[in-house]
Amino acid sequence: QENDTLTEELWDELLESLLAADVGPNTSMWLIDRLRQRAEEEQMRTGSQVQRALREELTSLLDQPSPLRFSKQSPLTVFLVIGVNGSGKTTSIAKMAHLLTREGHKVTLAAADTFRAAAIDQLKVWGERIGVPVISQSPNSDPGAVVYDAIQAALTRGSDVLIVDTAGRLHTKNNLMEELKKLNKIIQKFVPDGPHELLIVIDATTGQNALLQARTFAANIGLTGVIITKIDGTAKGGFAFAVADDLGVPIKFIGTGEKVGDLIPFEPKSFVEALFT
Amino acid sequence: MFESLSKRLEGIFNNLSGQGKLTEEDVNAALREVRIALMEADVNLKVARKFVERVKEKAIGANVMGSLSPAQQVLSIVNEELVEVLGGSDGKNKLDLSGNPPNIIMLVGLQGSGKTTTAAKLANFLTKQGQRPLLVAADMYRPAAVNQLKTLGKQLNIPVYAEQAGADPVDICVHSLDYAREQARNVIILDTAGRLNIDERMMQEVMNIRARLQPQEVLLVADAMTGQEAVRVADDFNQAVSLTGMVLTKMDGDARGGAALSIRSVTGVPIKFMGVGEKTDALEPFYPDRLASRILGM
Ligand SMILES: Nc1nc2c(ncn2[C@@H]2O[C@H](COP(=O)(O)OP(=O)(O)OP(=O)(O)O)[C@@H](O)[C@H]2O)c(=O)[nH]1
Ligand SMILES: Nc1nc2c(ncn2[C@@H]2O[C@H](COP(=O)(O)OP(=O)(O)OP(=O)(O)O)[C@@H](O)[C@H]2O)c(=O)[nH]1
Ligand SMILES: [K+]
Ligand SMILES: [Mg+2]
Ligand SMILES: [Mg+2]
Repeated sequence: QENDTLTEELWDELLESLLAADVGPNTSMWLIDRLRQRAEEEQMRTGSQVQRALREELTSLLDQPSPLRFSKQSPLTVFLVIGVNGSGKTTSIAKMAHLLTREGHKVTLAAADTFRAAAIDQLKVWGERIGVPVISQSPNSDPGAVVYDAIQAALTRGSDVLIVDTAGRLHTKNNLMEELKKLNKIIQKFVPDGPHELLIVIDATTGQNALLQARTFAANIGLTGVIITKIDGTAKGGFAFAVADDLGVPIKFIGTGEKVGDLIPFEPKSFVEALFT
Repeated sequence: MFESLSKRLEGIFNNLSGQGKLTEEDVNAALREVRIALMEADVNLKVARKFVERVKEKAIGANVMGSLSPAQQVLSIVNEELVEVLGGSDGKNKLDLSGNPPNIIMLVGLQGSGKTTTAAKLANFLTKQGQRPLLVAADMYRPAAVNQLKTLGKQLNIPVYAEQAGADPVDICVHSLDYAREQARNVIILDTAGRLNIDERMMQEVMNIRARLQPQEVLLVADAMTGQEAVRVADDFNQAVSLTGMVLTKMDGDARGGAALSIRSVTGVPIKFMGVGEKTDALEPFYPDRLASRILGM
């Protein structure tokens, strides 16, 4: 404990560990400034005090209740899953469907990515593996028609959850954002209080672009939650703080691998702890 | 961002005595802003620091009495240095297919970075140049990965070599050689599964493929949106399979692409192409000056 004095080097180290975790220069500097102020006010003297305080600050940024929202009025709950290309939407949907099935829900999946090569097949393979029906049409058909079909099919089959897989799209593409709005409208037409979750899937390896993604998707169709995938890699997903702070949207799940069981509910404390390891 | 970096630099130099040469103090203040701008563009922390050191040497004592303002002067040094690091005009950013045919191009990278799409794009690109490529489906893990490549091959009318589920990726690649010779294809493009750089078993697999096939080109397919970890990822892949180049994908969005600078400076691996869309023709040759401007937000 001798060497636990609060030095300028420690402040630098803290800043660097935030930057290295993709927290981003703005958020990182803001956090450190805030912490310096607290350190003065609370007369912190040791490095461990400051480190503890930083973890508190970080955790409180993410600490929002994040259970999935299910419909109270309608027999069908609809989750719409969106995000940029290759972030892990389809895989995360399979994982969620598996989790919900095990919790006793009757899940149906909608293959509304009709654009990417073999996207429909990919979801179908997952559907077979986890024993969940996948409603699909032929490649390049209208995603809206698929969603419409899937809602009818889910209602007929007595499913209580429908998860819609959408094509990957960069948030900068206006026409693709319009397409999402249409899907949203079709859902609302048949399930007026839906979609009950609008989930954006972001790859943990992403840097500062993550905030732009989340902001643009939120501005266009709204967001209710975030899934961060590929946290089993070495990236920390530090953009989560800016995203949560900026949008007030909770992180719901963390993807920890390519297998169907590799999805865990988000836990702020361990996420923050992992930033510093 | 360029606006803001340029404004921030001007703000700093406004308080400057403005007498001829930049002092170390002026330069330090300016370079702090440059470093922040680089980090906003996802350039790795350590890479940004080293980069700024090099700029500093050039900037101190630089004559600012010319037509440019001190802010513009620093920006222009930064820009020149960026272009230099990104590959300048060293001519290494071309595909090398000078080996004995069939020349083999192997694509590796993290999950979802764009390998399969890039394989199809490269096949399309090479076909247009009069080559006869063969696509090889060596991802036996991701659901429908083989179908994805087959679908793309069909769209392009380019053959795809694939085997049954359960086949070994190394064997598939080896067998594809015979197939290519039979079918008189002169370039083989290997689409491997996405893998984490820290997954030892999966990294061993690409090492085995590399050792057996001796590809002419081993390209890292990297997402332009990648953050700070780009350096470690690229370094690990480079150590395992000795990369010969990189393809930077998803450049059609608004990612600044600083990861490419990180990768290039740490591994020295040249950037050969940029992916600029989902379609099979959305592949462009790499121009260092364009990426430099983009990283600076110009
Ligand atoms: N290591 C790891 N890989 C993942 C995880 N989630 C998804 N992946 C992999 O990431 C790749 C892309 O996943 P997809 O589910 O196809 O991504 P997507 O967002 O649906 O992609 P598009 O539909 O093409 O936009 C696949 O190889 C997945 O196996 C994760 O949590 N960890
Ligand atoms: N907008 C855009 N999307 C791209 C680009 N390159 C690839 N994609 C998309 O990114 C997603 C992932 O591409 P894939 O080619 O499946 O990636 P992969 O690396 O083969 O993925 P795994 O095999 O799962 O590791 C798909 O939705 C592609 O359409 C690009 O340059 N721009
Ligand atoms: K991690
Ligand atoms: Mg998908
Ligand atoms: Mg692939």
